[in-house]
Amino acid sequence: MKENAKKITQAHGAGGRDSAELMRDVFGKHFSNNILDKLEDGAVLPWNVAARPVVSTDSFVVKPIEFRGGDIGKLSVCGTVNDLLMMGAIPKYLTCGFVLEEGLEIATLERVVASMAATARAAGVLIVAGDTKVIESSAKANEGGGGLLIGASGIGSLRDGATPSASNARPGDAVVVSGNLGDHHACILSARMGIENDIASDCAILRETTDSLLDNGIDVHVMRDVTRGGLGTVLNEIAALSDVTVELSEIDIPVNAGVAAFCGVMGLDPLYMGNEGKMIAIVPKEQAARAVNLMRATDTGRNARVIGEILLPSERDRNLVAMKTKVGGTRRINALFGEGLPRIC
Amino acid sequence: MDRRDLGKKIEYLKRRTGEPLKLMEVCGTHTAGIYKSGIRDILSPTIRLISGPGCPVCVTPASYIDKCAEYALAPAHTIMCFGDMLKVPGKDRSLSEVRAEGGRAEMIYSPFEVLERAMSEPKRMFIVAAVGFETTVPAYALLLEELIERKIENVKLLTALKSAVPAIGRICEEDDIADGFLCPGHVSVVTGSAVYEPLAARYGKPFVVAGFEAEHLTNAIFELARLSEIARDRRRDGNLRNADKAHGGLVLNLYGEAVSARGNVRAQSAMRKYFEADSVEWRGLGALDASGFYLREEYLRFDAGSRDLAPDDSMPDGCRCADVVMGRVNPVDCPLFGVSCAPGDARGPCMVSAEGACGIVYENMSAHGE
Repeated sequence: MKENAKKITQAHGAGGRDSAELMRDVFGKHFSNNILDKLEDGAVLPWNVAARPVVSTDSFVVKPIEFRGGDIGKLSVCGTVNDLLMMGAIPKYLTCGFVLEEGLEIATLERVVASMAATARAAGVLIVAGDTKVIESSAKANEGGGGLLIGASGIGSLRDGATPSASNARPGDAVVVSGNLGDHHACILSARMGIENDIASDCAILRETTDSLLDNGIDVHVMRDVTRGGLGTVLNEIAALSDVTVELSEIDIPVNAGVAAFCGVMGLDPLYMGNEGKMIAIVPKEQAARAVNLMRATDTGRNARVIGEILLPSERDRNLVAMKTKVGGTRRINALFGEGLPRIC
Repeated sequence: MDRRDLGKKIEYLKRRTGEPLKLMEVCGTHTAGIYKSGIRDILSPTIRLISGPGCPVCVTPASYIDKCAEYALAPAHTIMCFGDMLKVPGKDRSLSEVRAEGGRAEMIYSPFEVLERAMSEPKRMFIVAAVGFETTVPAYALLLEELIERKIENVKLLTALKSAVPAIGRICEEDDIADGFLCPGHVSVVTGSAVYEPLAARYGKPFVVAGFEAEHLTNAIFELARLSEIARDRRRDGNLRNADKAHGGLVLNLYGEAVSARGNVRAQSAMRKYFEADSVEWRGLGALDASGFYLREEYLRFDAGSRDLAPDDSMPDGCRCADVVMGRVNPVDCPLFGVSCAPGDARGPCMVSAEGACGIVYENMSAHGE
């Protein structure tokens, strides 16, 4: 049998020889580091006791497994590391659990694992523990079977003095977004619907962008990556947690022309579409211009701009998120409601 | 459009005085676009926008949902439907609830997804919940073509396919509901703008076809206001219903990039090949002649009993969806609105769909003080 046609079977999850081979030839080969290579039941981590640990966990179920601009492996590192970054942490270690469906091609798995390892290296984190299980294929036949799910947890150390929090937005702050909205979601939807276009996922580690703000003395009140649920949902969460209202300006919301056209045809709204390499920073208005310039000097913040401001809670609708429209009216921006969208992360 | 020109139109819409006008946007996508654009905020109080029957999910009777539920629970059957349909309440429950009971209902993004599903499970019967207006009927015609070509026998359609045009005619019969109509844009792509000429001739009211962006909507509402005034004067002059020339210029197509007078002729012929028009039940409007698309006799082997649905105009107690789709009442005037009916727990269909008037108003309500 040709090497690249080998598929995952229940034997790979049984803990015997096939499992060991998979560990050695796929995971060990790419993830190798001093801590993981000890092959203990748990990883003992070097730790600077002065810094407080920050922990985050996430699950990744995106279909297709590989897409333009990334794959589920890269996504799992970006998603977990970005969550740590948004807390003002320096990401250090990752653990990952792989759930493999029977029928998954081992070559596909290896591409995902290699991509995950490369992304972790670029983010400066070590993968220190992992697990693999094999399950019967649950996929619908039209999705090809042979799926792959990843659970990942990350640990980072809190930066000195950094306290960004979703409850820290204050009236008078500016809302800055790091770039165009909707790319990842439009990319995944296009792939799932067999629509050919050039839209690539924005899947990326945001470390350079968060570092540029925190290393240069910007007083960042809130940082959030704009993932599932989109900007509309994220801002509603912040408005409620910080007890403020948010006012956006429609003409300032950055959307790539191709994504805007795709959304127009599909009846989608970029405000509710998930991203995997975009964030918002809420900063004092006086620092907004500097924050934008700092972000623009980074790869993941090139199209950063101010899109709105934080206001006092309003009398009629305490934590309203509203948007000034192009014709001069106001549109209410609710959190995303209900289902109807495919799994994108 | 010239920005200055647009600016002038916005100014007019802000400051218009005179007799109040009621303009109906027939299509739910327009309703959503109007709220998204914020245009309602700037309109003079003399211009009132009302929503019409243009959400296919909202006008699908409860008995249709019940029939889908029956299929979802039948052994070796699966219902394939668009996401909105999962949440629409039937008599007792929605398809989403049926699914939680073990029923098989799968959400699709395109009817063509059923082809591969059917081929991969030849022993299972896939019932496509074919709900929609002229916009989607051609897609079902193409699906039938594929089913025949690929000799797939385990797919059937349960159709609730409707023509939006007779419904607009039905609303025109009640003189005081609307002074003018913003015609459904996507429907018009298929039908062409000329289908509104007979309505304009008969009722002496204006029909404007437009796209969905803020600029399109601003322009369309401006033109509708202007034409509605002209039409009203003409009707008062006694020209109403007595001469074709009285409706000259009352149909205006502002969506020329997508809509022609004759429409998409190829799509129309595909529709005619597989479907025939007959009376169908509309939730809220009752049965309307020649407003439903049914599979022709020679293709009935693909039909899942679409003509056998029990006639049914039932509504939850107190629910006024029927009056909402007719434009007789505003969503907020329904006693259930926001009390026992909200998007998360809808009693009536207009609250369920992303294009239903109640759902759209509910989502936007507090920003607009309604």
